[in-house]
Amino acid sequence: MMELFTSAADFFSSTAGIYITLAAVFGIFMAWGIGANDVANAMATSVGSKAITIKQAIIIAAIFEFAGAYLAGGQVTKTIRKGIIDLDAFGGNPDLLIWGMLAALLAAGTWLLIASMKGWPVSTTHSIVGAVVGFAAVGVSMDAVSWGKVGTIVMSWVISPVLAGTMAFAVFMSIQKLIINTTEPLENAKKYGPFYLFLVGFMIALVTIKKGLKHIGLDVNGGMEFVYAGLLGLLVAVVGIYLIRRVTFDKVAEKRFHYANVEKIFAVMMVFTAAAMAFAHGSNDVANAVGPMAAVIGIATDGTLAAQSALPSWVLLVGGIGIVIGLATLGYRVMATVGKNITELTPTRGFSAEIAASMTVVLASYTGIPISTTHTLVGAILGVGLARGIAAIDLRVVGNIFMSWVITLPAGAILSIMFFYMLKGIFS
Amino acid sequence: MVAKNYMSGLFGRSPITPLQEHMYRVYMGIKHLSPLIEGMIAGDQDQILNAQKEIVDGEHDADVMKRELRTHLPKGLFMPVDRRDVLDVLLRQDIIANQAKDVASLIVGRNMTLPSEMNAPFLEFTNRCIDTVKQALQTINELDELVETGFRGLEVEHVESMLVELGSIESETDTMQEGLRQTLFKLESEMNPVDVIFTYRLIDWVGAVADNAERVGSRLSLMLAR
Repeated sequence: MMELFTSAADFFSSTAGIYITLAAVFGIFMAWGIGANDVANAMATSVGSKAITIKQAIIIAAIFEFAGAYLAGGQVTKTIRKGIIDLDAFGGNPDLLIWGMLAALLAAGTWLLIASMKGWPVSTTHSIVGAVVGFAAVGVSMDAVSWGKVGTIVMSWVISPVLAGTMAFAVFMSIQKLIINTTEPLENAKKYGPFYLFLVGFMIALVTIKKGLKHIGLDVNGGMEFVYAGLLGLLVAVVGIYLIRRVTFDKVAEKRFHYANVEKIFAVMMVFTAAAMAFAHGSNDVANAVGPMAAVIGIATDGTLAAQSALPSWVLLVGGIGIVIGLATLGYRVMATVGKNITELTPTRGFSAEIAASMTVVLASYTGIPISTTHTLVGAILGVGLARGIAAIDLRVVGNIFMSWVITLPAGAILSIMFFYMLKGIFS
Repeated sequence: MVAKNYMSGLFGRSPITPLQEHMYRVYMGIKHLSPLIEGMIAGDQDQILNAQKEIVDGEHDADVMKRELRTHLPKGLFMPVDRRDVLDVLLRQDIIANQAKDVASLIVGRNMTLPSEMNAPFLEFTNRCIDTVKQALQTINELDELVETGFRGLEVEHVESMLVELGSIESETDTMQEGLRQTLFKLESEMNPVDVIFTYRLIDWVGAVADNAERVGSRLSLMLAR
């Protein structure tokens, strides 16, 4: 895009240059916020069940958030960028969309900042969708919103926690049946554990291969994706078997609590689900920052409302880097707090919840639907609770988390409308 | 941006460990019923007062723990066990400690002695009542295993057999209690009527320790049945 401008000075003085700079700044701010706060929620169950240390969680999160964002973040980004709004209604006025998307980014970022400081459970996804719908419906016209698509997204916010909860319930019951409630729980954990790991590796590999590899120049199709995904799943399982073999068992702890060593095996396996969670989170939530940014950059470079313009893959890269910076600057502190406070979650439960949540989120990323990772994880945890697996879940907090998205939508929308008229006033 | 985090607030404080600790404290206190009765038989005032102190301390500590657990058991908690069952088990455990305290104050306050024929069987009876509480404690200690297994399978069978054992120890104490009453009845005419009344009461109160230990168990079996 730089070749459009003859010099750096020219770039910054042109309106397009200003738009692109603003989009990048707001986008990175939003990605930073996601990394600083949201990632901690995705990793909370892993750290809380003492399966991994904070340091390990940060390293895993940094690698897999980035990989998820870059390799599988494209579909959701596309939805945020041009799926929610109907480009025809802008009447060939690209400026409206630029102001709107900038306003949406600023609104969602501001709302997240307020919410984080107050400790409110706010979803990044809900803020950005509310903000985009807000500026389009009020700032432009009611027709500017693809209400059908928005309906699908809102429906998915109800379905995703339920789906994750059901899956977590099933996974946890299967662990009970195959491993815990048997005469040889330890032997069975070693035997069946790798199958779960295969499943995790297979699903993530499949989604990545199907949707993520095109933009880095690899094109796999014709059923070969299943073969590659299967191989990757096998690789994950083999690494899992190797790590499980290295676990040293504690005879004393076993006496005090009969399942101490089974939990130790699951703690090792949770390293993989933690990675899956980070990947899933990256693949879905990076779009919240990158989607509007990509829209602005696309229009500012072309100067037209081109619905066909492809997503430059470096934009995903920027989003991924933003998340990792957020993680490194503040995220680790949030993670430490979360980890310290969750004391009642054992690895078998965390494992069940994370497998279900990460699969659900990856599936949503595959279909391009922006969902809330946190809500999905909470749904999964409730699923394990329904199987009588968790000693105590505070339903008031669950209620707050689910209620918050009802408030977040209008809040994001109102802020976005305000910023939209402000930007419109400044630039026109 | 670092503030309270709701993901950690999601997990409430488990009532299981506090419940187990409470029962452990109760047991550690009421264990001293045995030296208390020994002291009464031997007429050893120091031993009686020492045992009473241990029992009263135990009751006091258990009381503090009970209040602590109650305040951390709000209604909105989603648990694998019914909140009412938890509260009832807690109440029963607490009654055990109170009962032992009443036994101790009766012995100290009235300077109680037993007819010599009753000495040995009464000590045996007391020890068996303590065993009931110990068995109830061991059953309560299986609660974390029950949560781990999701209240299903082999662990449930294991706990059920422990509950059967608890029931049979308790019915042993009932038989012993019956025997003590009969012995006392035969001796009634030779004794001071007021002493007779309070000796009956002493038998009942020690027996109530075992009764409440068994009720802890029956509430636990309700948790299994859910």
